Amino acid sequence: MILSRSRIPVFLLSVFLVACGGGSSESRVVTGNQQGVLHFGNGTEPQGIDPHIVTGVPEHHIIGALFEGLVTKNPYTLEPEPGVAESWDISEDGRVYTFHFRDNARWSNGDPVVAEDFRWSWERALTPELGSLYNYMFFPILNAEAFATGAIDDFSEVGVKVLDQLTLEVTLREPTPFLLQLFDHYSTYPVHPATVLAFGSPTDRFSQWSREGNIVTNGAFILTQWQVNSHIRVEKSPLYWDAEEVKLNAIVFYPTENIVTEERMFRDEQIHFTNEVALDKVPVYRNEQPELLEIAPYLGTYYYLINTTREPFNDVRVRKALSMAIDRELLVETILENLYLPSYALVPPGTLGYEPPITFGYDPVQARQLLAEAGYPGGENFPAFDILYNTQENHQKIAVAIQQMWMETLGVSATPMNQEWKVYLDSTDNFNYSISRRGWIGDYVDPNTFLDMMITDGGNNKTGFSDSRYDELILREAPATLDQEKRFELYQEAEAILMNAMPIIPIYTYQSKHLKHPSLKGLPSNIMDYYNWKYVYLDASQ
Amino acid sequence: MWRFIGLRSLQAIPVILAVITVTFFLVRAAPGGPFSSEKAVSPQVQAALEAQYRLDQPPLQQYVSYLTDLVQGNMGPSFYYPGRSVDELILQGLPITAELGLYALLIAVIIGSFAGVIAALKPNTMQDYVPMSLAMVGICMPSFLLGPVLVLVFGIMLDWLPVSGWGDSYGDKILPSITLGAMYAAYIARLSRSGMLEVMSQDYLRTARAKGLPESVVILKHALRGGLLPVISYLGPAFAALLSGSFVVETIFQIPGLGRFYVQAAFNRDYTMILGTTVFLSTLIVVFNLLSDIAAAWVNPRLRYQFKK
Repeated sequence: MILSRSRIPVFLLSVFLVACGGGSSESRVVTGNQQGVLHFGNGTEPQGIDPHIVTGVPEHHIIGALFEGLVTKNPYTLEPEPGVAESWDISEDGRVYTFHFRDNARWSNGDPVVAEDFRWSWERALTPELGSLYNYMFFPILNAEAFATGAIDDFSEVGVKVLDQLTLEVTLREPTPFLLQLFDHYSTYPVHPATVLAFGSPTDRFSQWSREGNIVTNGAFILTQWQVNSHIRVEKSPLYWDAEEVKLNAIVFYPTENIVTEERMFRDEQIHFTNEVALDKVPVYRNEQPELLEIAPYLGTYYYLINTTREPFNDVRVRKALSMAIDRELLVETILENLYLPSYALVPPGTLGYEPPITFGYDPVQARQLLAEAGYPGGENFPAFDILYNTQENHQKIAVAIQQMWMETLGVSATPMNQEWKVYLDSTDNFNYSISRRGWIGDYVDPNTFLDMMITDGGNNKTGFSDSRYDELILREAPATLDQEKRFELYQEAEAILMNAMPIIPIYTYQSKHLKHPSLKGLPSNIMDYYNWKYVYLDASQ
Repeated sequence: MWRFIGLRSLQAIPVILAVITVTFFLVRAAPGGPFSSEKAVSPQVQAALEAQYRLDQPPLQQYVSYLTDLVQGNMGPSFYYPGRSVDELILQGLPITAELGLYALLIAVIIGSFAGVIAALKPNTMQDYVPMSLAMVGICMPSFLLGPVLVLVFGIMLDWLPVSGWGDSYGDKILPSITLGAMYAAYIARLSRSGMLEVMSQDYLRTARAKGLPESVVILKHALRGGLLPVISYLGPAFAALLSGSFVVETIFQIPGLGRFYVQAAFNRDYTMILGTTVFLSTLIVVFNLLSDIAAAWVNPRLRYQFKK
């Protein structure tokens, strides 16, 4: 057959229409609601699901469905709830925790979950050869740090003891009142020793044990499908001890790395929940469909680091002047869509009742005066410097606004400078910066997760800040104080020292933002942006 | 002919070796390593990681062991995805990217050559200007603009097609293929137009017409063969470019292809993955260039004659 010219477009059109089919069928959200399958926008492709190796938030969501630690968190109150441990006793001095395991906790192959599984897993996580980035979560345990740094080789010296099959005793260095918070972090979850060993040495990062088909888990869900960069599917585990309480039949995690595509997937009802919402979409949803938008305070602070080893930033008056010259209210209102909260301290307010001390505010007059006292009246002779940030539009907007505020208020000239993520990390690590953007999200709900960063030579300090009283408070006095109120007072004292030295300029407190389908229930917002999949269900009537 | 193929294949080896060498040392020279992160990494952990990934060896030794592994078909473990090898990740993404590239190429060839031929039949009339202006727009329109626009119209406003995915739901392959193919369709339209114009002025076409053949036979049987030659030599490089350049489309449509690995690997400083994808794609480009040379020789009687000699 020779197609005449006039027939070719008709032919192409019919091919196109056949390929299209009769339009799209029922959306994933609708079928998911009927079948109890949650479609979840999960940010990026997880690096893996070995709880002792990976570190990211998307990984956390999946590991949280597959594994369970000694305790879990109530998503509404963030208080610890029994996990594998049915109950626990704490010695009077707060240094010895005894965990009593439930006898019906099972691995997905039917094996019982026993105390030795935890001891073995923790030894693995702390073994230096594995290279676990989160090994510091164990450091409150007696001798754990020494084992992790190679100072001791014998794990029996570490404060972890199996008393019997269902009892684990943990001895601490200091009372550490937030210990239970650490034990619901995925880095302290157990792995199935026989499975890990079946696929190689416990410290082998190339092991295949955590792949679909191989992995054995102890959580509410089991891994059934993993197509890289496409989706990960987990299904309800019949062997989970609390399976009756698990309402979802399956969760499908999508690596929705492109925030714009993710929003379109949500609008097209391909996912129930987005990992993020683009800042410029927030006002649109606020006006048109506020019921879909879920915004809540988040345990994270956006701040600038100051390189205190560099002139003129080694002068506390200069650092204070820079900080006081920033009108955070204006910044939040104009650039950040009124979404975030202005911040004047490192720890976000309301961290389990902790309120950070407020030692300064927006004060252009005092800022100018401080700068003049430091020898730069009106910004005269103040050397030009860069504001370093990793390449991203919002960081740039903020840097430009702050640059302008500094110019107008203080007369100093700063230049926003962006670098690609890894280059930026390298510059900051090597103190090759004057001012550098930073964000920190708490690992657990306690001021300590922020304040212990700034101890002398702390790996995340990066400013050169050092204060012996501060170190004493964070490393010794606070961890040894059992009374919560007293402990928080010590943290307030420490934070006041920090903010008086101003090695960092707090800018705003993060908010988590998601789009959430009305049918999705039991996923309350909380400051950890923490999800407990056991509580989640889909209400098809919505 | 075989000699030609053999010679060209031999030429490819130093090209690929140069690509490997430059890439190998460039990625190591870039600031920031595969294990740097926002959270501080203790020296012990850093050392343990470097040891597991052989980064504690001198660079030259790393280079030699990499080449030795590569010759045996082993591109090494990914630095970013623990427990996954580069070979495995490439093999997972390749069929998807290849399928996407193939559809895009089909769309490009069908629409492009059709528009080009139509335009060439009546040069400097509306029948020429309209498709050629559209082609110009197609060349200028980047896929990161075209993709979202198509999604907005066909996915969200009309709700005819899914907005993302690949093989997850009915019809989700259409928009990405069109988005990726559009630019190449535009190139092919311009190539086939000029090819056809050149052929149309040739003596043998005048002869065909003089014989009294109907115009449709003149065009379809005699003119097309010569007129589409430039398109055929363009197909090889175009397919290679489609495979290595699908990153944007894969990101817009959430497609689990090779392109996303390629770009993410660079951001993650996943040394083995950067090398693996670069070596793999450059080999593809070399191979497809060779194939299109062979195809061009096979279609073009003048070149074929040269090889026979």
